[in-house]
Amino acid sequence: MSKISKDQVKHVADLARLAISEKEAEKYSEQLSAIIDFSEQLNELDTTNVEPTTHVLDMKNVMRADEPKDWISKEDALKNAPDQKDGQFRVPSILD
Amino acid sequence: MSVLDLSIKQLQEKLNNQDVTVTELVQAVYDRIRETDDEIQAFVTLNEENALNEAKALDEANSNDQLLPLFGMPIGIKDNIVTKGIRTTCSSQILSNLDDPLYDATVVQKLSEAKAINIGKLNMDEFAMGSSTENSSMQSTRNPWNTDYVPGGSSGGSAAAVAAGQVPFALGSDTGGSVRQPASYCGVVGMKPTYGRVSRFGLVAFASSLDQIGPLTRTVEDNARILEVIAGQDKMDSTSANVEVPNYSDALTGNVNGLKIAVPKEYFGDGVDENVQARVRQALSILEQQGATWEEVSLPHSEYAVATYYMIASSEASANLARFDGVRYGQRAENAEDMMDMFKKSRSEGFGEEVKRRIMLGTFALSSGYYDAYYKKAQQVRTLIKQDFDQIFENYDVVIGPTAPTTAFKVGDQIDDPLTMYANDIMTIPVNLAGVPGISVPCGFHPENDMPVGLQIIGKHFDEATVYKVAHAYEQATDHHKQQPQLGGAKS
Repeated sequence: MSKISKDQVKHVADLARLAISEKEAEKYSEQLSAIIDFSEQLNELDTTNVEPTTHVLDMKNVMRADEPKDWISKEDALKNAPDQKDGQFRVPSILD
Repeated sequence: MSVLDLSIKQLQEKLNNQDVTVTELVQAVYDRIRETDDEIQAFVTLNEENALNEAKALDEANSNDQLLPLFGMPIGIKDNIVTKGIRTTCSSQILSNLDDPLYDATVVQKLSEAKAINIGKLNMDEFAMGSSTENSSMQSTRNPWNTDYVPGGSSGGSAAAVAAGQVPFALGSDTGGSVRQPASYCGVVGMKPTYGRVSRFGLVAFASSLDQIGPLTRTVEDNARILEVIAGQDKMDSTSANVEVPNYSDALTGNVNGLKIAVPKEYFGDGVDENVQARVRQALSILEQQGATWEEVSLPHSEYAVATYYMIASSEASANLARFDGVRYGQRAENAEDMMDMFKKSRSEGFGEEVKRRIMLGTFALSSGYYDAYYKKAQQVRTLIKQDFDQIFENYDVVIGPTAPTTAFKVGDQIDDPLTMYANDIMTIPVNLAGVPGISVPCGFHPENDMPVGLQIIGKHFDEATVYKVAHAYEQATDHHKQQPQLGGAKS
């Protein structure tokens, strides 16, 4: 059955913006492989021409007018910020 | 008898007759929490000062306010439902410092307009991922019937607080059984409404196509009264449905004569405890005596529900949890070299084990080259599972079975094995995948461990009224809901 390698785990962790150790990569390789193996049972079912369900209700393209309105102030938006400067969120450098 | 043992109707009579004030009621709630929560560990944040101020204002309110549906009613809120100015953590380290949220979830606003009083925030499995409330980064909530046992999850704090008599009512959220399974384990009533029935605005998203908020209460009547208040279309949630909300209390007629019940054979298979099965069969014979009929049916794709759910829920979670990045709110790791390093360190330090596992699984299932094989396949099987229910509901009014395959398990018993843990949800997950409503009501105790057993009643889309009617008729014929745990010991 499919085995998710440590290298694949590291690639997925990078996509998910998670830092993982060598030991964690090993653990996830085993655990994710077990879960993926378990889910292979879905391949017992023939789903040719079966529409995927993304939403259970018969509801499509719910529209509303695009009108600006007051929501939260800039001051409020910054209230829980880990770091801020000059009324903006501050983050570590993006480029070297 | 304490005021905390009364129903909404009884409490409101007492308030109207001035036998008790809202302040006395709210004070009794906090006294009870102080007496019991060292043992139960249900609350992560108390809202005591605000609640007592609100109570005082209500005691001074005019008589028109007293007509509001939840006037003075104390309620606990699961900690993944956003409360303005009251810490909201999802029981996660990454939000442990989110002390001052900026808005109220729609359900919180509706409760407040109905003049209910928010007592505090309740513990849960981190980001609602888990079935035992052991995956909380705050504390491990215990089952009030026996504190060696888990309360279930992920709304374990909500179920335990109601079962322990700390609050008469609580809100939870249910993505794969997270209201119904802890309700079953703790011997209380828990409803997952139809997908789209209750606004999800302000519910921190786990799996957006499955999540619903629902009430946990001691009685079916109280549950119906709370759903009446929180249900309805909301312009802030475009997936909330434009379907009229009936007066659920009116459905509680006690009359189930002629009602047709489907009993899926897949819900009585291997792995479902024999004593749990026996309790459910006993419940069916009580409903039969009341004039309902039941027949065995098949939901043939049930066995695929758990795998389908873990693909879909983890995929949606991996996208939803991308927003926690240490930039705008929540915990940020220190000593990051650059922004990418800051994202990675903040998320790795801030998320717990199970959350990371599901983000990894979901990211894998959505990644290039695997999307069709895993995510799309699961969505196609979801269609088949939904069709199973559609077909049954052409001929039957409700589906009945156990809520969970077993009673509560002991603390520490299953946490290390994800697949065993996931199997607990085998009878609750299909309900979320199909989007139909389902309730768990107490149906007695297991003869070996004396822990509560839950009966699950599933209805058609937007037919919570029939689900409540059946649950109420059964409840009125039994006295399970009147039993209360004696903390630290066996049932009274």
